Amino acid sequence: MSEVQYLPGKEPHPREYRMIFKNVDRAGWDPSIECYMNDGGYDQLKAALKMDPIAIREEVKTSGLRGRGGAGFPTGVKWGFIPPNNTKPVYLICNCDESEPGTFKDRYIVHQDPHQLIEGMVISAFSVGAHVAYIYIREEFPAGAEILETAIEEARAKGFLGKDILGSGFDLEIYVHRGAGAYICGEETGLIESLEGKRPYPRIKPPYFPAALGLYMAPTIVNNVESLCHVKHIIERGGEEYAKLGVPRNNGTRILCVSGDVKKPGYYEVEVGKLTMGELLNDICGGPKDGRTLKAVIPGGSSAKILRCDETYKIGRGDDAKEISFWDIDMDFDTVAACGSMAGSGGVIVMDDSRKISWVLNNLNHFYAHESCGQCTPCREGSTWMKKISDRIVSGKANPEDVKTLEEVAYQIDGRTVCAFGEASSWPVEAIISKFRDELVAETSEDNEYKSAEALEQMKYL
Amino acid sequence: MSDTETAKLPKDLAADKGMVNVQIDGTWIQVPRGTRMIEACKIAGVEVPHYCYHPKLSSPGNCRMCLVQMGMPPRLAPGQDPEYNDDGYQEIGWMPRPVIACANTVAENMGISTKSEIVTKCREGVMEFMLINHPLDCPICDQAGECRLQEFSVEHGKSESRFKEDKVKKPKNVQIGPRIRLDDERCIMCSRCIRFMDEVADEPVLGFTERGTHTTVAVYPGRELDNNYGLNTVDLCPVGALTSNDFRFQMRTWFLKETKTIDVNCATGANITVWTRGNKIFRITPRENNDVNSNWMPDSHRLNFHHINDGARLTEPMVKVDGQHEATSWQLALEGAADALKQFDAKEIAVIASARQTNEELFLVRALAAELETEALSIVERIGESDGKLISADRNPNTTGAKLVWQNAKPASQLESIREGVRKGSIKAVIALGEDLTEEAGFSAEDLEKLELLISSNILANPTAQASDIVLPGAAFSEKRGSMVNITGRLQRLNNACVPPGDARDDWMLLRDFVLAISGEANSIPTLESLFNALAENIEEFQGQTLSKIGDLGVQITETGETIPLLEYEKARKERGEIVG
Repeated sequence: MSEVQYLPGKEPHPREYRMIFKNVDRAGWDPSIECYMNDGGYDQLKAALKMDPIAIREEVKTSGLRGRGGAGFPTGVKWGFIPPNNTKPVYLICNCDESEPGTFKDRYIVHQDPHQLIEGMVISAFSVGAHVAYIYIREEFPAGAEILETAIEEARAKGFLGKDILGSGFDLEIYVHRGAGAYICGEETGLIESLEGKRPYPRIKPPYFPAALGLYMAPTIVNNVESLCHVKHIIERGGEEYAKLGVPRNNGTRILCVSGDVKKPGYYEVEVGKLTMGELLNDICGGPKDGRTLKAVIPGGSSAKILRCDETYKIGRGDDAKEISFWDIDMDFDTVAACGSMAGSGGVIVMDDSRKISWVLNNLNHFYAHESCGQCTPCREGSTWMKKISDRIVSGKANPEDVKTLEEVAYQIDGRTVCAFGEASSWPVEAIISKFRDELVAETSEDNEYKSAEALEQMKYL
Repeated sequence: MSDTETAKLPKDLAADKGMVNVQIDGTWIQVPRGTRMIEACKIAGVEVPHYCYHPKLSSPGNCRMCLVQMGMPPRLAPGQDPEYNDDGYQEIGWMPRPVIACANTVAENMGISTKSEIVTKCREGVMEFMLINHPLDCPICDQAGECRLQEFSVEHGKSESRFKEDKVKKPKNVQIGPRIRLDDERCIMCSRCIRFMDEVADEPVLGFTERGTHTTVAVYPGRELDNNYGLNTVDLCPVGALTSNDFRFQMRTWFLKETKTIDVNCATGANITVWTRGNKIFRITPRENNDVNSNWMPDSHRLNFHHINDGARLTEPMVKVDGQHEATSWQLALEGAADALKQFDAKEIAVIASARQTNEELFLVRALAAELETEALSIVERIGESDGKLISADRNPNTTGAKLVWQNAKPASQLESIREGVRKGSIKAVIALGEDLTEEAGFSAEDLEKLELLISSNILANPTAQASDIVLPGAAFSEKRGSMVNITGRLQRLNNACVPPGDARDDWMLLRDFVLAISGEANSIPTLESLFNALAENIEEFQGQTLSKIGDLGVQITETGETIPLLEYEKARKERGEIVG
């Protein structure tokens, strides 16, 4: 790995461990299959095709790989949910709808290293027994879709896709499906509905767990781009060796996408849990801009609950219980969760003291109100209601009581919706209000007695 | 008792019967395995409020009104034995997160709570969300009085809204088809109408457009909702978003009286409710009967009642004097008819009855023909095409009844010979009961002119009534009592929602008095019940039945071998687990 050269100014930070992003910003690298194969590409596929599909799944289980899309569910376990007596076709879907605000990792894989994804997908499809796989790519990645189409053609020409791949008897076709620009299509059952040609209304679970009743009511495995790429590296290293990366229960590497008020925002691939929040923000990202102090961080995409930089957290149980500061949070799934948020998609959004929290809140509310699919009541009505209240807070037309209403509305959505969008839209509000209540209330006034246009109209006649 | 018997736990006792034990609001009951939680609650007598769920449609779980708290026994560690309390149940561990009752099925030792604080809060919250963008225009909304939004907001909502913002504006008063109007602001996006059009009517013209709070139900561009089952969406709509053009703004629903009866537009005999105020019908809606019409009915049948309220109704018996109809009394009309008939030889008389008549009426028609000693007796066939759903090819409601009561497999077989007889002049007197001879019966105006005597009973002043020497005004189906047998052999009951106008009479009384006028005997049939009993004694298939035994849903008295296509389709969906059924 030492001989890998990167483009000037794009060199990885020494604390990084480049595995998935090995070829991102690599000097002399292009997304062609020749370039990829010169670097040992598709060797892992050749090895995997000689393995037993179940053995591959076991390796993935051993590796401890947890899904990189947001929920962090163990990938190998997910694969094992396909009913053993299944007689229907099995589908593999690559979720390339990377639309969680603050997340920008999958796009670099697709743009710069598409064959890594395809190799990971063929191995995964072989393991789960899928002969048709889809890459569901968001509408906003038009160039990425074209790159993938080209890469698929190249792979087919070389015999890595199509009938009887490399003489193994295994057939696989991969199709690229472009979305139409909806955040909800990143939710796996919404994605499946969209792929079926319907509105992307998420399905209720139970009964529609994709591994049993997915695409066209057949068993379907939906994995994130980064997760599928990891499969290739698990085959390369073996599950046990791979599991040595990172910390227990949080194995491997993950790509953190840092955006906002740090000197060097960007993507950083690190071993999971081998880095604290302070090291990430201050060492790797260069700390706050000059003259500024950091105020708050959203650690895992916009749906994650906000963390204040001056907070402390009690984590662990029993003898392991300890109190840690915000800066000491290990960037792994479990520690971030123990601090009341989630590592989610790896999108770290940083805000310094120049940011008004009401504006942050309103920005998030606008996003979720715009993206709510409208299927189920609490999210459909609640997300826009929250937006309308925060609109008034930022424009100085709110009453202190409105902050309370906003918080109650959020709790009225949380946990009561068809899909996780309910939590995605309400958690930020709940966290921001509970942690920055004073700042929000300071922007309101007791004198504000807001009346809607209808109410004003009616008052004319009183 | 042996040890093995005492050791049997409730779960084993239930499992033997294919049941599971469920604790609903503290009470244990047994329900069949695979029952949805919402249906289990219904069995327990606990109402779970809901909007999107409908047992005959798929369950998308989108309204979130049916959220309940669920509990299960604790998950056991490997090798750990379950612990049972004195009653033989395991302790229930309640989940903090609510679940929808509509799509989840019960399991052994499951607990369902509909009264816990979480559930109360959920219902309150969902109700508030439903109402924030709702126009709250109940005073001018047709649905008021039968609106689930009103009902559940009283039961589960808050009295005040915290919503201060401007409401979302959406299309109003949209004519989405010839019979239906849509108010999108009232819509709560339950998707019942969309699912009905897709899954039952098989013409998916409805769908959602836009997203989030702007989500709007709409018709596919360039299409309209003109399906013959479209009005069922109005019944399904839990709010006032979809309204029927026919019923719109006609009457507040709480003023209407509901009468359970059956549809008479085809041999299916869909179960219906007739909604009346005073003596006027305002609307007809289907009534659930899983052996006949499920929950649906075709628009063409539902709207076929306006002629009953019409001014062209016959309201008094009439006798033709010098070519002019003159009103008379029932006694004079029937005595006149009996006297007139006595002028003819039995062979010169024909009786044309109708398979739109009830069994009781047909039984009296048979007696009438026997009294007149004529064998020229027929009904008029009405054969169209089945629509593959609920409309049968046979458009007479009681052909099966005619076959049974007359004990004649082909009750319409003589119609042609009667027509010939009239044309040749061998038949000189015709009694036409409930049929306009110039319509399906195939008589021309000239044929009727040839007759020396024409006696008819009907409800409208039609050409046959015009040509009749004696006119006996009868009752419409909504004014009648009696029974019919549908295409599958199901005996069903008609109930009268209103009374016949003026001096018009329920046909069974009219026919009874006609028979008595001819025979000169005393009345031995004081009530419809006694008439039915006489029928049941005479006809094998009816034996043991009484009018009250038939009930609201009817009884199968024979198997004709015919099926109703829509029911077969729904049965298949139920078997596949797509619907509760």
